[in-house]
Amino acid sequence: MTPTLSVRNLRVEIPTRRGVLTAIDDLSFDIAPGEVLGMVGESGAGKSITGSAIIGLLEPPGRVAGGEIRLAGERIDHLPPERMRHVRGRRIGMIFQDPLTSLNPLYRIGEQLVETILTHERLSGRAARDKAQRLLEEVGIPAAAERLSAYPHQFSGGMRQRVVIALALAADPQLVIADEPTTALDVSVQAQIIALLKRLCADRGASVMLITHDMGVIAETADRVCVLYAGRLAEIGPVRDVVKHPQHPYTEGLMAAIPSLAGDPDEKLAQIPGSMPRLGAIPPGCAFNPRCDFAFDRCRAERPDAYPAGATQAACFLHDATSAPPPEIAGRASEAGIRLVRAPAETGR
Amino acid sequence: MPYVTGEEARAATAPSDAAAGRGPGLLARLRDNDVWFSFTRSPITLVSAIVTLVLVLSALFAPLIAPHDPFDPATLSIMDSFYPPAWTGEGDPRFLLGTDDQGRDILSTILHGMRISLAVGFASVLFAMVLGVTLGLLAGYLGGVVDSVIMRVADVQLTFPAILIALLIDGVARGVAGPNSYQDIVFGVLVLSIGLSFWVQYARTVRGSVLVEKNKEYVLAARLIGLRPWTIMVKHVLPNVLGPVLVIATINLALAIITEATLSFLGVGVPPTQPSLGTLIRIGNDFLFSGEWWITIFPGITLAVLALAVNLLGDWLRDALNPKLR
Amino acid sequence: MSITEAPSGLAAASTATPLVEVRGLRRVFDLSKPLLNRLIEGGGRVTLTAVDGVDFSIRRGETYALVGESGSGKSTIAKMAVGLLPPSAGSITIEGIDVWGEKSQDLQRRMRRRIQMIFQDPFASLNPRWRVGAIVEEPIKAFAMIPDPKDRAARVGELLSLVGLDPRDGSKFPHEFSGGQRQRIAIARALASEPHFIVCDEPTSALDVSVQAQVLNLLRELQERLGLTYLFISHNLAVVRHVATRVGVLYLGRLVEEAPARELFSDPKHPYTRMLLDAVPDIEMAGKERLAIAGEIPNPVNPPSGCHFHPRCPFVMPHCRTVAPPVFPRGDAGVRCHLFAEA
Repeated sequence: MTPTLSVRNLRVEIPTRRGVLTAIDDLSFDIAPGEVLGMVGESGAGKSITGSAIIGLLEPPGRVAGGEIRLAGERIDHLPPERMRHVRGRRIGMIFQDPLTSLNPLYRIGEQLVETILTHERLSGRAARDKAQRLLEEVGIPAAAERLSAYPHQFSGGMRQRVVIALALAADPQLVIADEPTTALDVSVQAQIIALLKRLCADRGASVMLITHDMGVIAETADRVCVLYAGRLAEIGPVRDVVKHPQHPYTEGLMAAIPSLAGDPDEKLAQIPGSMPRLGAIPPGCAFNPRCDFAFDRCRAERPDAYPAGATQAACFLHDATSAPPPEIAGRASEAGIRLVRAPAETGR
Repeated sequence: MPYVTGEEARAATAPSDAAAGRGPGLLARLRDNDVWFSFTRSPITLVSAIVTLVLVLSALFAPLIAPHDPFDPATLSIMDSFYPPAWTGEGDPRFLLGTDDQGRDILSTILHGMRISLAVGFASVLFAMVLGVTLGLLAGYLGGVVDSVIMRVADVQLTFPAILIALLIDGVARGVAGPNSYQDIVFGVLVLSIGLSFWVQYARTVRGSVLVEKNKEYVLAARLIGLRPWTIMVKHVLPNVLGPVLVIATINLALAIITEATLSFLGVGVPPTQPSLGTLIRIGNDFLFSGEWWITIFPGITLAVLALAVNLLGDWLRDALNPKLR
Repeated sequence: MSITEAPSGLAAASTATPLVEVRGLRRVFDLSKPLLNRLIEGGGRVTLTAVDGVDFSIRRGETYALVGESGSGKSTIAKMAVGLLPPSAGSITIEGIDVWGEKSQDLQRRMRRRIQMIFQDPFASLNPRWRVGAIVEEPIKAFAMIPDPKDRAARVGELLSLVGLDPRDGSKFPHEFSGGQRQRIAIARALASEPHFIVCDEPTSALDVSVQAQVLNLLRELQERLGLTYLFISHNLAVVRHVATRVGVLYLGRLVEEAPARELFSDPKHPYTRMLLDAVPDIEMAGKERLAIAGEIPNPVNPPSGCHFHPRCPFVMPHCRTVAPPVFPRGDAGVRCHLFAEA
């Protein structure tokens, strides 16, 4: 079955006067129809840029410098602007972080919805308005008919985000990209919005690319998750496996550092030393190697591909059958839960 | 992953800077600076800067480089009057740009006149800046009644054109001081009148920036340790609101020079014994249509070029300092 | 006086007089339009009761967490506790001194030295035009703690090391540091005056997860080493669970539940607390029984009558709409809910 979205070897570059920065480096992933893929990473990892690149809204001078992006089999990564405009909205919907700035404060909600609907569909004004009302009802806004004539500032934060979701779904897109849709909302509202998004997309068979730094949201919502580090893929796989049994040292460190409502509250939070390198200062070899507890020589020299690691794929030499980590490192990694390709006993001790 | 202490954490990131001790040297940082970069890449800005520098320097060293002293009656001769520029047929090589009705060398008068124009221009901009920034700081930080009063005064002042205010103050000063003592204070009055017509821009801009900055947490942190409002205003807030002020000042300089020229042209500026560019234009104006065009045109060109160069510099500065455009 | 010594006579959290006592704290904001507008357009005064009669105490060495969503009043309480915003009513007492009472200049200064604050935004909490060393040094200068500049510089270096930075970082500017490092600088600045009580206002909300862990661990380590007492403000319950000794849950300006941390998370009583805990998307993905999440936080300018939570409460009774519940004690905890009124 053709994946809704297929990204292969994506490379996004930002030329600056100090040289070219590689914001996304050789990223590949698929999103199946109806699937929710979480795109997770810390600030600067490149998750928002990936979303922008896919929908063709990279801020210049950033540009897609390599690889391909396919939407239901068709290439969309270097379409002329006119054709990309048709794709955007009609086939890919986008939800941004801040509902306050996503809606034009000067226009009524109804007008904005109708404008979006009419851009992508031939309907009469009356029919468009009816559809707008139905959309509002679908996203759970009470008294939808009256609310069509309201302005954005008359809605609360959660309600505004619901309207933004309605806008994104207005043209029945195949793919919805949601960039931090709940970060600006209160906790009690977050859960509602996430549930709504998931339900609506499931009803329509749309795929979702959920970009966030909040692992908890991913854990509850996504089917699969892709972990980014310094613009590169660290790990990708089913949510349950990535969260419970991470196979990349970065993912493993990340999961251990997240405070949870379960677990022992008195235990110190595990922390990863240092911080993610800036784009201009990525170390040679594996980007994570200076901070990695299990780094060995090969990690500092070569860049790892994504190797199969049980249920997930991890860009780590510990999972490459041809590498030979020193037994001590292999032992520690095993203890941390990373299932190496070759068990320590096999490395000839 | 094990719990690590801060020191280990820092060591693990191992930036080369820490090993070297300090960040890159001052010179390297200056060269690397975004502002310098945009400066050297823009030909218009480079030209404007050079022109401004040349004009300012020649004005500064006017007594040394001017071929003649136009204000010394002993060197003037009515026989030298109305020479056209040297490259025309009837000119005199001693007077490159010709002479005026009193036999003064136009080039020398321009150099000396520019001195006055620039001096008055700089001084009045400085005055306006100090006054405007102070009032803006007070209005923004203290708020309440202080803010209302200052802003209403500013509003009222904005309804008057700058020239009118300058004329008003000038007239009052003349009346108060009497014709004799007026001569002594005329520069002060000029600086005051031009400066007073410009302070509002600074005050408004600074007030706006202060309103934004005063709610930032670093100001709260300063309040927390009990610093007095004035200390916080000057040491913490002021450095952060000065950026736009610099841009306004540069653009204002051109306007100040032209305002002074206008006042002098109208006859209410500097005394005729120490003519500025404006005075020269006025003097020359009388002879424009009788054929002695050089007396007015050359000072006029100089004024225009100076104002343009300073304006372009200000434009570039505004764009270079604007973080959104970078 | 070495910074590494905790105030004398300390064991772990002492059960003597609480370090911080908040009684009947109230803050009302006047949001009315200016007089002229009101006369012309009609409409009366509009007030916002951000904090509505809050009581709690913090014992020395403890970390008291205030949890709430937007409109709960937690930031307002933080500002009142450190002396940045005067209360409309009620009192805050720190080590026996009333923060807002009349006092001599000397006493005022001594009190200011004891209280410090760490802010949420690491980018706005450091003056971008000042060098890091000057930023950390400022409290030392302001309280005239060390007259000699060389000694001061040495102390600044000590403080930077204490938070895990290089003493030579003092010559750099804030923009040269990452968010997590800036927060460390902010902590160093807070420690400079050798305070006893630090209010942490969402100190890690703007940080990435892995950096958050570093900063939280650092705060904990410093608390143990220096005997600090924290008031920790947050909306993130998972973080609170890891740092707090005692937790107070705020809703629209009122403290609806207060309990030792362990108890609050294992046995939440107030319906809002339960809803909040259920709503947190959690990484453990336990298939828990979820309470339906109803509605949104109402506009704080016009809160519901009686118990503020009644429109969203699954256990609402007629009584709740008219009478605001008092705090009902339950052992070491307290719940502001009619469900817990003892017969």
